[in-house]
Amino acid sequence: MISPGRSWREFPQRYRLEAAKCETCGKIHYPPRVACSKCGGTTFENITLPREGKVVTFTIVRVPPAGFTEQTPLPIAIVELMDGVRIMVQIGDLADPSELEIGMPVRLEFRRISWDGEAGLIFYGHKAVKS
Amino acid sequence: MRDVAVVGIGMNDFGELWKKSLRTIWAESAFAALSDAGVDSVDLITIGCMSPGLFVGQEHLSSVLADELGMAGVPASRVESACASGGLALRTGFAEVASGLSDTVLVTGVEKMTDVDGADATYALGTAADQEWEGFHGITFPGLYAMLAVAHMEKYGTTSEQLAAVAVKNHANGLLNPHAQYHLKVSVEDVLESTMVADPLHLFDCSPVTDGAAAVVLTTVERAKELSGDRPVVTITGSGLATDTITLANREDLTELAAVRLAAERAYKMAGRKPEDLHVVEVHDCFTIAEVMATEAIGLFDPGYGASAVEDGLTSLQGKIPVNPSGGLKSKGHPVGATGVAQAAEIVTQLRGEAGQRQVEGATIGLAQNMGGSGGSSIVHILEVAS
Repeated sequence: MISPGRSWREFPQRYRLEAAKCETCGKIHYPPRVACSKCGGTTFENITLPREGKVVTFTIVRVPPAGFTEQTPLPIAIVELMDGVRIMVQIGDLADPSELEIGMPVRLEFRRISWDGEAGLIFYGHKAVKS
Repeated sequence: MRDVAVVGIGMNDFGELWKKSLRTIWAESAFAALSDAGVDSVDLITIGCMSPGLFVGQEHLSSVLADELGMAGVPASRVESACASGGLALRTGFAEVASGLSDTVLVTGVEKMTDVDGADATYALGTAADQEWEGFHGITFPGLYAMLAVAHMEKYGTTSEQLAAVAVKNHANGLLNPHAQYHLKVSVEDVLESTMVADPLHLFDCSPVTDGAAAVVLTTVERAKELSGDRPVVTITGSGLATDTITLANREDLTELAAVRLAAERAYKMAGRKPEDLHVVEVHDCFTIAEVMATEAIGLFDPGYGASAVEDGLTSLQGKIPVNPSGGLKSKGHPVGATGVAQAAEIVTQLRGEAGQRQVEGATIGLAQNMGGSGGSSIVHILEVAS
């Protein structure tokens, strides 16, 4: 249940991978936050996340939540990007989900994540694919 | 701070209670606790419930439930910390009595989960994770714990067979608990051959969807001694609460539950106890990997040794430190808001020596660990027989 307002609000992070780099200590936050969780700083530089990274941990969801039934089995991973930022993403284009392993190099690509037919909304974002 | 005692407990059957509403199962456990305590009025009712809005379409439980008990007018407060809501209700009641704000508190937990279908229940539980940055990608609760399991396996060599041993142990204990949802003997093969939910977690690695309620009555130790007669008086000597990042992606170490470690450290410090002092423990085994990681985080075993400890029988009913004699969430059932209170009720039952076939002989010091979401919050209580 994602409202149009919420979907629109999240476009900068979902579509453009915008993140916030703390101007005081340099920690990068994705998504951006009001205050830095490391130093408490409140001024940030708007940056774009790198697209290359590697799998830190993963699972293959076999019993999906509503909205994802057509994508099952659904591989999902936590990926550590080149700048050290970790994000949760689906892993796309895997012929065999058992290929998924810790340390696997991946690249983020813009994809359709899910859709809500009733509301007429399509949610886009990034998935990771093997690189 | 005043010393606080648990003077009454109310535990009824957990299960798929289709014939009973949220308010009915709640009131039954509340009346049972008041009766067990021998009190007919309280200064406050605390209610742990994760999501009555999503599960039964009802908010405002403070009024609904005080009214149901025939106690409209009495102060009541619902607290929420996802699956740790019950533990939070206990801590809230503990703080009220300890501080002198209230003398006697009815602490309750409840969740009615089977009025909605499986998909809606999955959605409701999913709101305990970060909906914007985790749920968006289709991850489920089993999926989040599966990611922790994969990280634990990678670092420590933990195996699926060892995780299955948690389910085998807890179902064996549940066979001895008349209130448990499932009375099933389960083997390692049963677990490994059950449906894969989120790799590497099988169906039998997961706790079930459950309707249930639990209640305890807290009061001062002085009043408890007057009320208890020949029964041992059980006191709460330590209470610890902690949080962690909501998203797994923001955790530096995916192989430890930091909120559990912090909550336990705070409870041990307040009680003046250490892990070696414990005789009986209830931990939040929403998934088999959660029990392994929780026993490590509360200091029963070094990091990486929680899984082999189960396989070696150290946490079985006859083991060095019995964990989840009630059957745990796995077998007893996991009505999320009720779980934290039910854990405390089990420890009190054990410390009173009233646990029947699942009694841990001579237990006088116990610990209950409750957890919200994928470890985003945790609450630990230490209970002891008063000298």
